[in-house]
Amino acid sequence: WPYCRKRCSYCNFNKYVVPAVDESAVGACLVQEARTLLRLSQVQSITSVFFGGGTPSLASPRTIAAVLEAVAGAAHLPASAEVTLEANPSSASPARLAGFRAAGINRLSIGVQSLDDAELRLLGREHTAAEARGAVEAARRLFPGRTSIDLLFGLPGQSQDAWARGLAAALGLCDDHISLYQLTLERGTALAAQVWGGTLPAPPQDLLADMYQTACTMLVAAGFRHYEVSNFARKGALSTHNLSYWRAEQYIGVGPGAHGRFVPWGEGGRSREARVQTLEPDAWMQEVQSRGHGTRRRVVLSPLEQLEELLALGLRTDEGVTHERWGQFSPQLSLEAVFGEPGEAQDLQQQGWLLLDGGGLRCSVRGLALLDSLLPDLLCQLQR
Amino acid sequence: MALVGRTATWWARLRSPRPAAAPLCLPPWRPAGLAAGGRLYSSRGREKLDMSMYPVESIRNFSIIAHVDHGKSTLADRLLEITGTIAKTDYNKQVLDKLQVERERGITVKAQSASLFYNHEGVNYLLNLIDTPGIQAQTVANFYLAFEAQLTIIPVINKIDLKNADPERVEKQIEKLFDIPADECVRISAKQGTNVEKVLQKVIEKIPPPQCNTADPLKALVFDSTFDHYRGVIANIALFGGEIQKGHKIVSAHTKKRYEVNEVGILTPNEQPTHKLYAGQVGYVIAGMKEVTEAQIGDTLFFYKQPVEPLPGFKSAKPMVFAGMYPVDQTEYNNLKSALERLTLNDSSVTVHRDSSLALGAGWRLGFLGLLHMEVFNQRLEQEYNMSVILTAPTVPYKAVLSSAKLIKEYGKKEITIINPAQFPDKLSVSEYLEPTVLGTIVTPHEYIGKIISLCQDCRAVQKDMLYMDEHRVMLKYLFPLNEIVVDFYDALKSLSSGYASFDYEDAGYQAADLIKMDILLNGNPVEELATIIHNDKAYTTGKLICERLKDAIPRQLFEIAIQAAIGKKIIARETLKAYRKNVVAKCYGGDITRRMKLLKRQAEGKKLMRKIGNVEVPRDAFIRVLKRQNDK
Repeated sequence: WPYCRKRCSYCNFNKYVVPAVDESAVGACLVQEARTLLRLSQVQSITSVFFGGGTPSLASPRTIAAVLEAVAGAAHLPASAEVTLEANPSSASPARLAGFRAAGINRLSIGVQSLDDAELRLLGREHTAAEARGAVEAARRLFPGRTSIDLLFGLPGQSQDAWARGLAAALGLCDDHISLYQLTLERGTALAAQVWGGTLPAPPQDLLADMYQTACTMLVAAGFRHYEVSNFARKGALSTHNLSYWRAEQYIGVGPGAHGRFVPWGEGGRSREARVQTLEPDAWMQEVQSRGHGTRRRVVLSPLEQLEELLALGLRTDEGVTHERWGQFSPQLSLEAVFGEPGEAQDLQQQGWLLLDGGGLRCSVRGLALLDSLLPDLLCQLQR
Repeated sequence: MALVGRTATWWARLRSPRPAAAPLCLPPWRPAGLAAGGRLYSSRGREKLDMSMYPVESIRNFSIIAHVDHGKSTLADRLLEITGTIAKTDYNKQVLDKLQVERERGITVKAQSASLFYNHEGVNYLLNLIDTPGIQAQTVANFYLAFEAQLTIIPVINKIDLKNADPERVEKQIEKLFDIPADECVRISAKQGTNVEKVLQKVIEKIPPPQCNTADPLKALVFDSTFDHYRGVIANIALFGGEIQKGHKIVSAHTKKRYEVNEVGILTPNEQPTHKLYAGQVGYVIAGMKEVTEAQIGDTLFFYKQPVEPLPGFKSAKPMVFAGMYPVDQTEYNNLKSALERLTLNDSSVTVHRDSSLALGAGWRLGFLGLLHMEVFNQRLEQEYNMSVILTAPTVPYKAVLSSAKLIKEYGKKEITIINPAQFPDKLSVSEYLEPTVLGTIVTPHEYIGKIISLCQDCRAVQKDMLYMDEHRVMLKYLFPLNEIVVDFYDALKSLSSGYASFDYEDAGYQAADLIKMDILLNGNPVEELATIIHNDKAYTTGKLICERLKDAIPRQLFEIAIQAAIGKKIIARETLKAYRKNVVAKCYGGDITRRMKLLKRQAEGKKLMRKIGNVEVPRDAFIRVLKRQNDK
């Protein structure tokens, strides 16, 4: 759902702020595209559905229900499938959330970002800390054990102490899943302009490293499993949807700017493709209406490219890339064959950043924080 | 040091005490009916000129020598206008400066000559003017040289139209410095044309005609050459004896090759063919030479079967500033090579020597007459040949007096020249290191003396003389180590004196110097490409600077990197590049990872190209960033 009521100062996603949204038209297109692409992929069974955006909680429960019905009509959607909705505290009243639950949502991800009002203003958020608290509490009542919150660190001018305090407050409030993101200044955003223009201070690299470190320590101490670079879960409350993304499983993107990775068997395709839907909502709608879907770009991924993606994504998780998973993409060449020989991977192992054993290939705890320094070397080795 | 040098400065050594007595005649191309003194255009395609109308006594050969920006070329413009060589219009600006870079910078790069015709007191004279390169001719130094050569000198004071002009004061300075009586000076404004005609008259009156005879066998001096794509080599010549015309068979004293003359003519300033050229005259010859090397500057041309004593050679102007020049990418090497060859065809004062650097690949070390010359050359490369290059800080030719018998045998001599740090012989094998020096002359208003003296001291210079030229200005003479002034001394001097100080220098031989080779280390491993030879006194500051630049040019890695400058085993400067503590994308993945994969793959490609020094990965452009000339202050 690409629409928002307001632009946050740091966001560079594919979002649109429009005075009036023709919800039924958009909804109808989502339904149509979902049906078309499901047929194209010939997928039998769905493991998870994720409503992202924009601000999906601005869509009405009726639209959500319609999409889920369409999915269930085109493939098998078991009751055990994880169905997540991203919500903004300002459109997450208890009544509204109840409506979503009735429509089929069984997991909620709330964009809290911060529990400090000054920080929320800096970020251009639509809500106050109090409103965020209220939303989380309401969500936990409706989706117990299946509520996640998003938090941001590394704000301009944020101190280590302020961050630690903020995280402690969040820990007192949260359910069993936290997504922790470092604020990244993107070209074209208001916040970036302020920092690069000199109006706001840029957070120093070392401080960001410290904040991340502190957060990992605090969360692990509170019983969370650090299962991906930015994601923490306790009591087994991992996000199925995101896991399948990092394990390079198949997923279908529906809606403006959505992306997917699947094999279009329905068209006679035989290889996994990278696809992205048209970004601009009006253009997307026209395409969906005329030919059933608004796929802007589709690129066949070579076996090497697929392995590269698997590596880059898989190493972000604590489980890494398992031998079985690797084998599904590379039946001839095992992980051992590629990374077990003398070379970059072995050097990195010796230095303590990487592990290759019976469980597969993964980063050590220290190595995870430096993944982007390790990946180019590993890609070189893989390419050879 | 093996340098291919074809540098020359030309000194007019023509003079004769014989009085002038020429028949009255009009310039050859004027149609009958126009009164003497009228003005006409010279153009190609007209009938050939008859140069026999100008016997030796009616000829004057002269040069204008002056400091940069004193208005030589403007004066040349006016002289050309007055003599009808070109039409008088408002657009005559630096007519002799044909190159784009010359016109943009307002300086003369390549000396052009022009033959002017002028009638004075009823006699028609042929005046040959050589416009000199502004980069090289420096008033004071060249005055003394001209004086020693016993050439007649006419002092001309220009720019009298300026508000601050004070010709009387200048005349007094001239008297004091050069011993020339004030009443011999000609005060002019080349820009406005004031009194310029007087210059011509003085030239005729004071400068003696050339001392030579048309009856003698042909003896022509080649003083320049250009290459024309269609017509071949055009050699600029001055005849010291005899005559030359189409069909003549001539020989080069230098190459011993024989040629047949296709065309002779004069330069007005464009080529104007004539039937013949006679002794004492200056012009050009085209004789089927294919390469510019066949028309060496300083060469003598004579008739086949009538060899003559070759004219004395030229005093080559030594290159004083060196710079490494490398193509941005080695794939461009051949393009740059041919661009350099073609550019040096017409700028023989640049010396070219092949060189190579570990960091930058194959390239050249070029020698220039000065920093300005180098900048102009670079600009010409860009404008005329569309080549961008990497210019590294100039190095100077150091010398070492060897004390090790083994090395003396290896090199074949006791005193060797070192340009490359890799060649630097160890202290133990050397009895003395030497560095080139120059004697610099600075003329400045007295209020800047303090700052200038400081600047010179910073450059390890030793004061040799200080003289008050008048109540306002001081002349300072300092002995500078050449390497201290080759980079930015001139700029620094100009800026701290608000542009009023002038700088002039000449070669002053070599002096003993405490030179060392400084290495740059990354985590203990030496980076050969960055080794430099410098004076011990400057080692710390230079070392620190290189370490700082290198720190900015290398990306952070998984471990700490110690960047050090060392002399032998002693570390003299250090910078530390901290290890990455966090380098992973921890942001929300709203978008497709396609872009991210592209970036990662590009980084992987970059890694393949990196040079590994020990365990430190160094991108190739890191060396360029450290080595290239820095313009920021």
